[in-house]
Amino acid sequence: MKKIIQVKMGEIKISSAPDILVSNGMGSCVGLVLYDNKQKIGGLAHIMLPYCESSKNNEIQKGKYADHAIPFLFNQLLKKGANRKNMWAKMAGGSQMFAFDSENEMVRIGSRNSEKSKELLEQLSIPLIAADVGGNRGRTIQFALETGEFIIKTVQSGVNII
Amino acid sequence: MIKNLTPLQVDALREVGNIGSGNAATALAQFLDRKIDMKVPDIKVLPLEELPVMLGGEEKVIACILLRVLGEASGNILFLMEEHCMYNFLSMVFPQRKIYEIGELEKSAMKEVGNILAGSFLNAINRITNFNCIQSLPSFAMDMAGAVLTTALLQSGVTGSDVLFIETKFSEGDRDFLTNFFLVPDPGSLEKILESIGVDSHEEDNPGKDG
Repeated sequence: MKKIIQVKMGEIKISSAPDILVSNGMGSCVGLVLYDNKQKIGGLAHIMLPYCESSKNNEIQKGKYADHAIPFLFNQLLKKGANRKNMWAKMAGGSQMFAFDSENEMVRIGSRNSEKSKELLEQLSIPLIAADVGGNRGRTIQFALETGEFIIKTVQSGVNII
Repeated sequence: MIKNLTPLQVDALREVGNIGSGNAATALAQFLDRKIDMKVPDIKVLPLEELPVMLGGEEKVIACILLRVLGEASGNILFLMEEHCMYNFLSMVFPQRKIYEIGELEKSAMKEVGNILAGSFLNAINRITNFNCIQSLPSFAMDMAGAVLTTALLQSGVTGSDVLFIETKFSEGDRDFLTNFFLVPDPGSLEKILESIGVDSHEEDNPGKDG
């Protein structure tokens, strides 16, 4: 039975084909999938912020910060039997919804999220094979674990499949 | 981060909301040069995560005006309007125009109303607390509720905190429009507001009254 699994803000969900991982209404958040395309298992992290400034590690919600979420997702997939040689990543999100004329770093949170995510993927040597990031639109994302297709829906510019 | 507000504190915030809505109706009437009626606002203090659900789901399209609050009680102010309310509102601003899409002029009008309404609410907060908070320039976005809200909130670095939510229904003749006003205080700001109203949490710590 095909299950549709919701991944809310700050969550990480892992599953296998034919399930679909979904996150609705993403703005500056980044949805990042890691996928083993041979065994068809993968996971989606709904990342909110690039890194954690607090030192209290035990209280951290794993999916919230890129610097925790991506290594955590990677290790969980390895534990589930994924092979890192078959693994690739796709990501979407990281929008700037509001156009402020500001030099405030916090405002660029969307691009900081996607930059940090890219950097972490490089560190883990996972290829990022496709991305739909930036811009000023909200996205709803669906990752089909059967096909590895990442479906991105927006209000203004329709559907994009990467 | 305030998790459990006492009933007295919620009442104090309600009062701020009431005064603010009253100011807003007056300001709107002046801006539009016509009589604006107002229903008694519905005021709640809620956790952030409940907002998209309350507004009809994460994918529902909403118009949002975001302003930053600077001063003693810094934070963000958000105004949300559903699409049809926005069109109702714009038809009052531009009685001569048929509005089919949201262009630069319409965006500018929405930003202006955000400015006016935020000023009205900030005025209420300033008067009650003796603070001198001011607002930044407004910014407009129209997209999925989830995307707009989370981005607006992440920009202030607030997650997992409570927000003050004020739903006010304004009407003019047979047209009405609902505005959802949110004050999203930065960490520490809500405490400052409550303290200066004289209902700070320390003396109200009553473990038996949780929730």
